[in-house]
Amino acid sequence: MRFFICWLATMLMVSPVFAQETATPNGIADNRRNAIALTGATVYLPGQGYQEDATVLVRDGVVVNVVAGTDARDGYFAIDMAGKYVYPGFIDLYSGYGLPTPGRPVQRGGAEVVRSGNQAYNANDAIRSHYRAVENFTPDADSSETLRDLGFSSVLSHHADGIARGTSTLVTLGNHNANEAVVIADAAAHYSLDKGSSSQTVPVSLMGSVALLRQTYLDAQWFAAHEQRPFVDESLEGWIRAQSLPQIMEVDNWHQALTVDGVAQEFDTDYVIRVGTDAYQQAEKLAATGARLIVPVNYPDAPDVADPFIADEVSFSDLKHWELAPYNLRLLSEAGIEFALTSAGAGADFWDNLRQAVANGLPHDDAIAGLTTVPARILGVSDRLGQLDAGALANMVVTSGPLFDDDTVLLENWVRGERFVLNTGLDERRGQYSLMAGNRQLAVALDFADGGAKLSLLDGNAEPDADASVDASIGNDLISLTFTAASDTGPTRLSGWSVDNGWQGTGQTAAGEPIDWRLTYTGPLVAPEPEPDSAPVTSATDALPSPVLYPFSAYGSESLPAQQDVVIRNATVWTNEDMGILVTDVLVRDGRIAAVGDNLSAGGAVEVDGTGKHLTPGIIDEHTHIALFSINEIATNSSMVRMQDVVNSEDVNIYRNLAGGVVAAQQLHGSSNPIGGQSSIIKLRWGMAPEELQLDDAPKFIKFALGENVKRSTNPASIRYPQTRMGVEQVYVNAFSQAQQYEQRWNAYNALSNAQRRDTVMPRRDLVHETMLEVLKGERYVTNHSYVQSEINMMMTMAESFGFNINTFTHILEGYKVADKMAAHGAGGSTFSDWWAFKWEVRYAIPYNAALMQLAGVVVALNSDDAEMSRRLNQEAGKMVKYGNVSESDALKMITLNPAKLLHLDDRMGSIREGKDADLVLWDEHPLSVYAQAQTTWVDGVPYFDRARDQQLRQYIADERARLIAAIISEEE
Amino acid sequence: MRTRIRVMLFAALCLSIPLSQAIVPKPAEEQSEPIAIIGAVIHVGDGSVITDGVMAFDEGVITYVGTDANRPDFFSHQLIDVQGAHVYPGFVLPNSTLGLSEIANLRATNDVVEEGDINASIRSAIAYNTDSELIPTFRFNGILTAQIAPQGGLISGRSSVMNLDGWNWEDALLAENGGMHMHWPSRTRRERNDITGQFETVDNEDYAHQTQLLHSLFQNAVSYTGTPLNLNLQAMAPLFTGDAKLFIHANDARTIVSSVQFASSYGVQEIVLVGGRDAMKVKDLLLSESVAVVYESVHSLPGREWYDVDEPYKVPFQLHEAGILVGIGGGETALDSQRNLPFFAGTAAAYGLDRETALAMVTQHNAEILGVDDQVGTLEVGKNATFFVSVGDALDMRTSQVQEAFVQGRLIDLFGTQQELYQRYYERYSNQPLEQ
Repeated sequence: MRFFICWLATMLMVSPVFAQETATPNGIADNRRNAIALTGATVYLPGQGYQEDATVLVRDGVVVNVVAGTDARDGYFAIDMAGKYVYPGFIDLYSGYGLPTPGRPVQRGGAEVVRSGNQAYNANDAIRSHYRAVENFTPDADSSETLRDLGFSSVLSHHADGIARGTSTLVTLGNHNANEAVVIADAAAHYSLDKGSSSQTVPVSLMGSVALLRQTYLDAQWFAAHEQRPFVDESLEGWIRAQSLPQIMEVDNWHQALTVDGVAQEFDTDYVIRVGTDAYQQAEKLAATGARLIVPVNYPDAPDVADPFIADEVSFSDLKHWELAPYNLRLLSEAGIEFALTSAGAGADFWDNLRQAVANGLPHDDAIAGLTTVPARILGVSDRLGQLDAGALANMVVTSGPLFDDDTVLLENWVRGERFVLNTGLDERRGQYSLMAGNRQLAVALDFADGGAKLSLLDGNAEPDADASVDASIGNDLISLTFTAASDTGPTRLSGWSVDNGWQGTGQTAAGEPIDWRLTYTGPLVAPEPEPDSAPVTSATDALPSPVLYPFSAYGSESLPAQQDVVIRNATVWTNEDMGILVTDVLVRDGRIAAVGDNLSAGGAVEVDGTGKHLTPGIIDEHTHIALFSINEIATNSSMVRMQDVVNSEDVNIYRNLAGGVVAAQQLHGSSNPIGGQSSIIKLRWGMAPEELQLDDAPKFIKFALGENVKRSTNPASIRYPQTRMGVEQVYVNAFSQAQQYEQRWNAYNALSNAQRRDTVMPRRDLVHETMLEVLKGERYVTNHSYVQSEINMMMTMAESFGFNINTFTHILEGYKVADKMAAHGAGGSTFSDWWAFKWEVRYAIPYNAALMQLAGVVVALNSDDAEMSRRLNQEAGKMVKYGNVSESDALKMITLNPAKLLHLDDRMGSIREGKDADLVLWDEHPLSVYAQAQTTWVDGVPYFDRARDQQLRQYIADERARLIAAIISEEE
Repeated sequence: MRTRIRVMLFAALCLSIPLSQAIVPKPAEEQSEPIAIIGAVIHVGDGSVITDGVMAFDEGVITYVGTDANRPDFFSHQLIDVQGAHVYPGFVLPNSTLGLSEIANLRATNDVVEEGDINASIRSAIAYNTDSELIPTFRFNGILTAQIAPQGGLISGRSSVMNLDGWNWEDALLAENGGMHMHWPSRTRRERNDITGQFETVDNEDYAHQTQLLHSLFQNAVSYTGTPLNLNLQAMAPLFTGDAKLFIHANDARTIVSSVQFASSYGVQEIVLVGGRDAMKVKDLLLSESVAVVYESVHSLPGREWYDVDEPYKVPFQLHEAGILVGIGGGETALDSQRNLPFFAGTAAAYGLDRETALAMVTQHNAEILGVDDQVGTLEVGKNATFFVSVGDALDMRTSQVQEAFVQGRLIDLFGTQQELYQRYYERYSNQPLEQ
């Protein structure tokens, strides 16, 4: 690959600017008919391919026609394009060209910013749908030249700030003023999940961004239903106006792409998704969304791997991504995804990278389509951009050869019939020259690099003379040249002009004597050492250098372990049922436990010898935060946020948990606010996509929290309500009573006749109230972070006053003090075994808490809340034998059956009984012992963890790392 | 004879269940008469086990360890038949802030980090609170000796080893000011990128300055003459005579190399590496410099996402196999969890170590590393009678039941606030007295 030599683009102004009718000229009228014929070119026409020996007729910035032959026509100024290639001008849909730089994110800390800025915009500053790029657009000569040098003649420019970013404007990159450069004033509406420069504290999390996006759809629908708006909100007005435009959503990774697809479905819209370079890692899933993509062509830098100490810090996925990112476009193409390309991120490397993608198997036509027809289609401007039919804007790229050939150079970029020369062709004059200056004759080498001429004086061996210096500036017509040979006392200075075979002119010696000079071509440069053969060009049929892994992480694999029918024989089986603990057989079929008993006939099932081993139900962690991109939203009531929006299926802690016998977990919101978010309940199906981790038909849960965290105790500057436990109670009373009133409004509305409804505005749907109503109606259970007895007592009293109950108190370290009340209320307790003393409110936390709560009749689970501890929850259960003399079978239930009960999953999980899910763990020792290791962990009968396979995966990781590091080092050398 | 033993055992048990105290247990009375424990499985702490063992101690010192229960001098002893229970040397916890910190996130309750980069002169012993509410929870699991160390800065200060029983710090002292604690600066740090929101590794731009501070300190300390008086330099002196050990806190391989070579180049006699996550990568350096390791990260996540799932569990075994003297520490965070020290050893035993070697890593090895192996760490004649009796294997939480514990022959009270609260609520919910 080679760099393009981008000369200071000499602009040959062939056509005048378009007349802006309303502007008064400063001079006399200058109306012209500007007609040009690009003759004899090879023209690429989308859908038809290359048309050789064709002529493009352009008039007044618009394509008139593409005709066969090279004959010039009357009324057209002919430009000979013989041997050159012409392509429709390129379009970049992701740009901030001509717009102010977006603001920077605000540093967190200190007091919360609870209100939006005091302008007539949205209640949340991250909703900037009032923003119209066209009103802020100013052509910028430097930026437009940079983009033109890459071949782009039009870009979609938006202000990348906020979750709703307003509308973008489609502009061309010529020397027009803003009025004329704009093709479409409001071309698309833009969104992201990044709050941008908003200083408002909410949303602070990724799921908070998703929730804000969803709520704003609802707010806008409600707002639009009012002919007389209830208040002024220019952001919602902008949002409403922009819904008919293409909707472009920017995300950081494929996980977010899949999440926003869910939002699109919910609100019946289509996003064009601006993805990252990792999209190939879930190409099939992205294809299934049907969304069109905007894809960058930047590749990661090679990780620093030379020093083994440092190389260890490079993650396995980063190494893999370094190798596979250049196959991103090919894999997206193979998945049938329609995508546009953007130069954002790649910048000057855009063409090198894109050529590499084509060499790696991206079909040539798809690459061109990604720059022309696809972006035009996305914006609905196929009649004007992306092709060269009659009437299209005369946007064209002229190249020296087929676009993706290694030595092809972009020569010209035409924007609305305006010609920009990108490459003068001067570099064709590189070679060896003889310099006759006065009475001296010197040998000179002329080369071009990094956009400039490089001359050197040669010594007797035709090597550059290290003692001499030469400085030269060469243009299309003029040259200036200063040299000092080794023995000279001062510089000789020359000026001149281009002639056949070289240059000539006049100058002065170091002594000031006038001389004539001539530079005459004598032959080609001595060829440098040929580059070693680079990797051979691959095609789409060639294999990838290594497979995409699921998950794309250490301990991922090309294909997932299969569900197996299996019989485990003669293990000590902890049934958690009336059968108790006994040595027997367990048969698994189709992901479920088919039978428990002696001498089972297995009928072809895989035989596992469990002699001397223990088989238990899989561990269920009632309280985890692994496999999440984001934990805490900070709004006092964030009941609208959903943890399932931020599941990170690639988190290696899933695998580590499996290795500790964990099969399922409730992914809880954090405890930074009284009313947290909606839980995600997953099975640890390592390798599956986030949606596939979700437990089917799982009961709904929400996290509540009390005490020091929700009071923001560690932030003395905090001003967020509540600051006391007294305020915490009022948060709940307020939230539930507001939700009740919300329901009354809807009931009243729903009771209206159709005629009455026509005259009444439908109440605003509110995701917060709707979630609280689910709790009140018993459709959503509460898991409640809690510590001290007063607040536990308060919560139960409060809940009872609203007619529901707290399903589970989690943490619940002083549960033992009010365990009798908890039992009466029907609340369960999911606690830590022995944590305490890390904050004031756990001063009287005792490791006997679980035993005491159980004694009082509470269903007790032990949970982790910690990625490290979660992988040895069996040890935490073992501690219950020590602290409080809990029976071993009850201790095991605290991490299996009891959490299943608390999650209302005990009809299908948590014990070994015919018909239940085959979520099982085979241990080598007593499962509550510190010495126990999980041998195999099955989820739905799939052995997602197996100690023997684990050894193979370790070896695979070691081998792959060695191979990739060697590849990086050899490439750098 | 046997009857009398049972009576004595019962009496001893009764001693440990006072009716109610609501404050931390009272320090124990001095040993008033010689005692012999019989019928014990004695885990010596050096890797050996004596079944049906006998151990006698008087005036706080072990006088006999063996199998002979009928020695003539036992006539003067109180005999306690533990009936097959296990006797262990008290666990020795290195590098702890026990007694310096009460509630982790309440500033007023923490005396752990002094202001400044160089704090060689400060010493933990005088801030050690014998009435800390955490201490009874440590003793409950058999931890009877602890090194109390300050944290923070480049030179954190001096540690002392304390008995976890005593009326005040002076009485509780086992070895004073024997450790100097150094934190070698890291070349890099993790920092959140405000634009991407991702954590990334960035260079520590203060690295050169910070290492220069240390070089300057050690240069001046080596050549310190006493004038002008400098308390920090004065405190450094024992490092160069072997009267104090340098505890280098480092986990990363490059940091370990730099800091160990640094200390060695200044003639520091005794070097201990605390942390040691990457110690295996530089094991030959540690061996050649005779550096012992206090490994702090058994119950930790693997150091990198691609490391073996059990990587943190098996490091003690690997270091031991390599010939390095290894102790297991309580973890550098979450003071409350350090009471699980024996179970960290248990986990290490599940991943390569034999159980007695794992035990040695929290008894004999730690005692040696802390320089108190002449007094504690093994059950041998002449050493302190600092030990406990457990019904089952004390490294396994499933079976660990510490019944009695002695510190220098004093029978200490294991019934702390947590036990009292348990008793109170057990009786409230069951309407029957708790039999412990």
